[in-house]
Amino acid sequence: MQTAIDVQNLSFSFGSGTLVQPVLKEITISIQQGEIVLITGPSGSGKTTFLTIIGGLRQAFTGSVVVLGQQFIQSSEQVRVKVRQQIGFIFQQHNLLKSLTALQNVSMTLEMNNQLSEQQRQERAIAMLTAVGLGDRIHYKPDQLSGGQRQRVSIARALVGQPKIVLADEPTASLDKQSGYEAVSILKKLAKESQTTILLVTHDYRISDVADRILELEDGMIRNI
Amino acid sequence: MNYTNWLYFPMRLAWRQLIFDRTKLMVAICGVLFACVLVFMQLGFRDALYASATSAPVKLDGDLFLMHKQSEAMWRPIEFKRSELMRALGNPAVADVFPLYLGLAPFKNIETKVKRTLMVYGFDPDSTSFRIEAINNKREALKLKDTVLFDEYSRPEFGPIGQLIAANQNWTEIKDYKVAIIGLFRMGVSFAADGNVVTSDLNFMRIFPKRSLDNIDVGIIKLTPGSSQTSVKGELEKLLDESINIFTYQELLQFEKNYWANMAPIGFIFGFGTIMGWVVGLVIVYQILFTDIANHRNEFATLKAMGYSHGYFIRVVFASALLLAIFGFIPGLMLSLGLYHLAESQIFMPMPMTIAKATSVLMLILSMCFIAGLIAIRKLRDADPADMF
Ligand SMILES: Nc1ncnc2c1ncn2[C@@H]1O[C@H](COP(=O)(O)OP(=O)(O)O)[C@@H](O)[C@H]1O
Ligand SMILES: [Mg+2]
Repeated sequence: MQTAIDVQNLSFSFGSGTLVQPVLKEITISIQQGEIVLITGPSGSGKTTFLTIIGGLRQAFTGSVVVLGQQFIQSSEQVRVKVRQQIGFIFQQHNLLKSLTALQNVSMTLEMNNQLSEQQRQERAIAMLTAVGLGDRIHYKPDQLSGGQRQRVSIARALVGQPKIVLADEPTASLDKQSGYEAVSILKKLAKESQTTILLVTHDYRISDVADRILELEDGMIRNI
Repeated sequence: MNYTNWLYFPMRLAWRQLIFDRTKLMVAICGVLFACVLVFMQLGFRDALYASATSAPVKLDGDLFLMHKQSEAMWRPIEFKRSELMRALGNPAVADVFPLYLGLAPFKNIETKVKRTLMVYGFDPDSTSFRIEAINNKREALKLKDTVLFDEYSRPEFGPIGQLIAANQNWTEIKDYKVAIIGLFRMGVSFAADGNVVTSDLNFMRIFPKRSLDNIDVGIIKLTPGSSQTSVKGELEKLLDESINIFTYQELLQFEKNYWANMAPIGFIFGFGTIMGWVVGLVIVYQILFTDIANHRNEFATLKAMGYSHGYFIRVVFASALLLAIFGFIPGLMLSLGLYHLAESQIFMPMPMTIAKATSVLMLILSMCFIAGLIAIRKLRDADPADMF
């Protein structure tokens, strides 16, 4: 198996001088291609910070963070943008573009890919929306959809580009039990089919059965459960 | 890199975001439209002013023109000695010289008896001082005592002179002096005069009894064929008194234009109005773009996280600005066309919509939206994908 994410001795702090606040301390972890990993831990333990570094959204300076073969420590913005295009993001808030329909939102992921024709983009986006159970809602705008449906659109948006890695930060936090579980099940099913690595931050123990592995972050340090 | 998509995709996103909020789109378009109409009207009035400022001098028939150096413009001349004009005959290249007398005087409306000021021109009826056929054809008739010609482009407040002539009710008073209107010609009104009357030099003296044939307002010089205007002008400058300005035809037109553009505050006012329209439009478009970026901050940050580059969003903002410019300009042009027609029919000033004018307003609107976009894109930096989780 290939290693998708390899983190060695990663430390990270916010602030500077006397106000420096260490958030991540000497984290070492390796995640294989196709693994589904859950990260839990108390609020403020650094889960989101960890995810933003893995996703190339935040620059870290000490240790080593290799994602899809690219070193992120001391990397340039271009390198991270390139890798980001192979990562699907799912946020706590759905963060869909409210002026676009579900179909147009999902197509946004594919518009970065110049190899595709407009028709291929349409077909793939429709297929992905159908796969998340929204085949009959493709022309709806976010405010015409329920919370669970919106989160499923954002799952479709994250997966339609066939990313190697999906990063999700508490994707079920704003959903009720039922739709939260549905959303994560769909995510797991689709990811398993395509060998996608998933890193999922959650407090929600009801969804822990989808994971291959569960990590706990506490006080900036990681431990396997 | 696919260049169609490079521009097309951000443009399409800009378009989708614009039409999502119709109310805001309408406000934005109205802002651009407002700026557009304001600038069009300012330019229209300014050009009409310049055109009308030269409506009289453009019709003068001569090669060189004399005016007193203290004359700021033809409509408010300072008199000078006719003998100065005669001295020009000393130059062998000068074929003929003719005096022109000007005076503002109240003209009584034949029907309503209301008096209104117009410009009276007195010329030598043995000369062709005007490039106006209708005047030159009536030179013999104007030699008769108390006869005048009336400019049919004068404001309608002077009365329906054409109909009155046909009905033989052609007697009126200029400066309380009775004259007969024996015909019409076409010259055009200016900001200085609402109407024009042309008569012979002798009739002019009857209307203005305090004036003398020896003190003239403008001297018209005709040169022998083939002689150079500029060299004769140079020779005359040495020959004539220092207090006399000598103009070629083009210089005279420019002199009259410059008076309105620089001396009178009117040129400044229109320039100021144009700038104000531009600034107001800029502020409105900037406001719209700015709040749009602020409202889409999370969405843009999300797209950035997904791998969209900063340049993409800059293109989105400029595409929005461009679309607003175009969608504001088109109705703005239509509305201005209507207003030009209205102005032409109401204030009798020529207000043509020229390609040059439309192009320059379009450029102004484009630059306005471009600069609004340039200021607004600073706001894009707020969209930081690290804050999105
Ligand atoms: N942008 C930031 N600037 C400064 N401190 C931050 C920032 N983001 C998070 N923190 C701090 O870092 C710590 C970890 O935060 P976070 O990674 O969001 O934890 P979690 O997601 O596990 O709740 C918290 O103490 C938080 O206050
Ligand atoms: Mg968090």
